[in-house]
Amino acid sequence: MTTVLTAGVSLKPQHYDAAFACPAEGLWFEVHPENYMVAGGPRLAWLETIRSKHSISLHGVALSLAADAKPDSAHLARLAELGRRFEPELVSEHLAWSTWRGAYHPDLLPFPRTSEALVRIAGNVSRAQDVLERRIAIENPSHYLRIDGHSWGEIDFLGELARRTGCGLLLDVNNVYVSARNLGFPAGDYIDAFPGEAVMEIHLAGHTPDANLGEALLVDSHDTPVALEVWALYEQLIRRIGPRATLIERDDKLPDFATLLAERERADAVLRAPLAKAA
Amino acid sequence: MPPTMPGALARFQDDFARALIEPDAAVTHEIAALASQPAFAVYRNTVMKGCIDALQANYPAVTRLVGEEWFRAAAAVHVRETLPADPTLLHYGSAFADFLARFQPAAELPYLPGVARLDRYWTEAHCAPDENTLDPMAVSRLAPEVLAGVVLHPLGAARWAWFEEAPVYTIWSRNRNGGGDPGADLDWRPEGALLVRPRDAVEWFALDAAGCAFLDACAAGGTLGEAAEAALQAQGDANLALLLARLLKAGAFRENAVQQRSN
Repeated sequence: MTTVLTAGVSLKPQHYDAAFACPAEGLWFEVHPENYMVAGGPRLAWLETIRSKHSISLHGVALSLAADAKPDSAHLARLAELGRRFEPELVSEHLAWSTWRGAYHPDLLPFPRTSEALVRIAGNVSRAQDVLERRIAIENPSHYLRIDGHSWGEIDFLGELARRTGCGLLLDVNNVYVSARNLGFPAGDYIDAFPGEAVMEIHLAGHTPDANLGEALLVDSHDTPVALEVWALYEQLIRRIGPRATLIERDDKLPDFATLLAERERADAVLRAPLAKAA
Repeated sequence: MPPTMPGALARFQDDFARALIEPDAAVTHEIAALASQPAFAVYRNTVMKGCIDALQANYPAVTRLVGEEWFRAAAAVHVRETLPADPTLLHYGSAFADFLARFQPAAELPYLPGVARLDRYWTEAHCAPDENTLDPMAVSRLAPEVLAGVVLHPLGAARWAWFEEAPVYTIWSRNRNGGGDPGADLDWRPEGALLVRPRDAVEWFALDAAGCAFLDACAAGGTLGEAAEAALQAQGDANLALLLARLLKAGAFRENAVQQRSN
């Protein structure tokens, strides 16, 4: 992303009017393209209206790049069509799988990071970039399970994926914090070791303690404000790598638009701070 | 670093996906160990919640009729049978009306599958391709002698159905958008419905048996003469002029669709 270096927010239908009217400089919006894969109707018309005033980013959840199968060609074609229609600044996806043997599981599912998986995922990312005719950013997911079968660390795996395919990375700082707490590693070390030059976008979101396990298991719920610890990690990251497009990601228990915008302004202030070195 | 067998990723995904949906499924030791971690429930719950939320969002009139708790329990049964095939969850639930028709606990609610069908029609109309509707004047300008040979095509965003068994349209429209009074008196009789999105919003109308037969004939490529015949067969006392005027006013036909069929 070269033109958008400020902060943006997730866009939900409840906020369409406020989002369209908002005059904040450099404000951009991110949507899940799956919600706009329709033939016609008011959803597309709304997004077109927003796009006439603001930049947008398409953040996919269903390409299932980590499945041991090629991305669904019909799904990829619909994504490419949205790309042509809305000319997003950025297109991103996850290091995860969701569709498997024709069934869609609405989640970002984990897998053992093996060399076999790396070959498959690199092929899938390249295929997606070829069809979309653009570089995409791949996001680090939240982790809940201890998986014995990993032969690669996540940072090395993502770095190698970027090297092989030329893709960029989307660093979700909240996912790092949640995973670090759940699996027991220092979040600050992960932030410091992440390949900064590949980062095209940063996500900030809220999390909640699991209903049954409490603080022993944090869930990447996207339904609360960004936590203080996550803000601190974000500042640490920006000091090291410089400003990058940053999203306040909110999917559930939506506050009013002004509340989201206040979080967005906080991120914007970090990006504009003198400490943030030039990109 | 343990070497991995080719195909290990696919086997992992086969068993992980099964363990998500069937907690008691026999899976490999590797997956069984993962599924025994308490955190596995996060994935199980997220997948189920995502699917059930989507069905609830797509079937609001059914939800209002049966209550949220009953709906979500029924939806969970459906999800285990039929996961979404399309990640655009707005499209999820094409088999839900048929599911309700054979779902034993719903047997005493014979109108429920019909209500689900109208919820589904709303969604289909909502996201159908954008098309201009036929200007009623384009038809009224035609000479009476050519009218019978004209073919009109229903709008892509138009859906209609006749329900022989129950006043499904009244039940559905009273429960859609939380609008009407679901406890109001109900005249138990057959009913039909037309849902159409002429512009941004889906609109709905009661439609009699003649209207449904008329639109069926138009959709099959029949002339207005043939559609009129079908309408009269369905309902001998049909007022055809009024019916056509109502359908045109509702925006049920596509623009540029006035064709003469030459025999």
